[in-house]
Amino acid sequence: MDLIAADGIDVRHGATQVLHGVSLRVAKGEIVTIVGPNGSGKSTLLRCLIGAQRLTRGRVVKSPGLRIGYVPQKLHIDPTLPMTVRRFLDLPVRVRDADAQAAMDEAGAGHVMGRQMADLSGGQFQRVLLARAILSRPDILMLDEPTQGLDQPGAAAFYQSLEAIRAHLGCAILLVSHDLHVVMSASDRVVCLNGHVCCEGHPAVVSAAPAYRELFGTGTRGALALYRHEHDHADHAAHHHHHHEEA
Amino acid sequence: MMLLDSFLVRAALAGVGVALAAGLLGCFVVWRRMAYFGDATAHASILGIALSLAFGTPVTLGILAVAGAMGLLVFALTDRGLAADTVLGVLAHGALGLGLFAVALTPGPRVNLEAFLFGDVLTVGRDDLALIWGGVAIVGVLVWWNWGLLLTSTLSVDLAHAQGMDPRRGSLLLSLLLAGVVAVAIQVVGALLITALLIIPAAAARNLARTPEGMALAACAIGVLAAMGGLELAVTADSGVGPATVTVAVAVFAVLTAAGRLRRS
Repeated sequence: MDLIAADGIDVRHGATQVLHGVSLRVAKGEIVTIVGPNGSGKSTLLRCLIGAQRLTRGRVVKSPGLRIGYVPQKLHIDPTLPMTVRRFLDLPVRVRDADAQAAMDEAGAGHVMGRQMADLSGGQFQRVLLARAILSRPDILMLDEPTQGLDQPGAAAFYQSLEAIRAHLGCAILLVSHDLHVVMSASDRVVCLNGHVCCEGHPAVVSAAPAYRELFGTGTRGALALYRHEHDHADHAAHHHHHHEEA
Repeated sequence: MMLLDSFLVRAALAGVGVALAAGLLGCFVVWRRMAYFGDATAHASILGIALSLAFGTPVTLGILAVAGAMGLLVFALTDRGLAADTVLGVLAHGALGLGLFAVALTPGPRVNLEAFLFGDVLTVGRDDLALIWGGVAIVGVLVWWNWGLLLTSTLSVDLAHAQGMDPRRGSLLLSLLLAGVVAVAIQVVGALLITALLIIPAAAARNLARTPEGMALAACAIGVLAAMGGLELAVTADSGVGPATVTVAVAVFAVLTAAGRLRRS
């Protein structure tokens, strides 16, 4: 059964049609990645799914009692609002210290509990957002460009944390991303968006699709090559890792 | 209660009550950058006074109605993304001008506007005290109940949505509570200085606090300090209590901000 499904949704910002007839469904435990150029409506689609965006047409259906863990693209905390990391994890409801620390460990956020949110680096901030999102034991994690501003190793490490979280919580993950090659290797399904859904399916299928190639142009050839390379490489690493664990 | 027979004690109690409510709500005004919103609501109260005088209804009721209507108007405009700085400025100052004009038009003896503009806490009676502390209790309880919603939606509307909350409910609640605080605060600090009492204690408290709750408590404490100090200063210097209260609040703000800067450098 689908956890959440968008059904033919249209979104219009004034005269601009941002989304047109977009349908998307995410099943239990799946990792789905939405890719697309700037302004293709990726973030808007995510905001539709969490209920923050008014739809011009269509609907979003959630399974009853669905818990969403949302990691926004950026979170601006007004400098007048003091907020320690520990207090932030208590939003919207208070959690026990042990649970808070466990979530921080799982998100790889380290020991920054007493720090002010405003003093964190970009990578730490993203990981604290992730820790907060998993504290509610979500059925689905939604992340909007979570690795923006991180370097390659940082982004790769972030995705590894996500994999571990999915393995532990069994939650589905819906990602919006630019990091084509890294993301695609980790996804069960890729949705290519440009106002409408251009193509979707298994990463290998999508990356070969003419619509996808057209959208990402010649620049993608390099990224795709890199994707294939890293994909193979990642497979090796994964296998290797498994052996290591079994041994 | 014999104690309440003293006009100074009544004034102190009124000031403390208003300072508590304003300190608490003031934090949200600062965090959400609603200073103009506070102005618009407060200035609209002058129009409320004019209408009350014209129709012979209790002044507090008129203020509550018009300030509430202004709060709802600004809420609706904000919700549609129309409440730009300019629009809020037009509403805030337009309400003040229109209100003063309307007061001048009301028949009967000339109204002493100064009391409404700058407050006249020394004339607070027992009924007023009951009204003020009733208002404080309502503000306190509603903010307490909705703290998670208010704080989450202040931080990020999207986070609140994802959590299954309705951030519009939080904004609406804040709009109405602000109107309520304006209505009870007008006798204490006056329409022109209410925003000061909302913003300055909260801004001063920012220097002391590490968490939102800490800042709210500190803002309340600084507000109370300003209210008591202002009353003392006004009696000594024979000035208005409202302006003296704001003066003390600004002094506390200056000291705490300077101390904060020194500590950090």
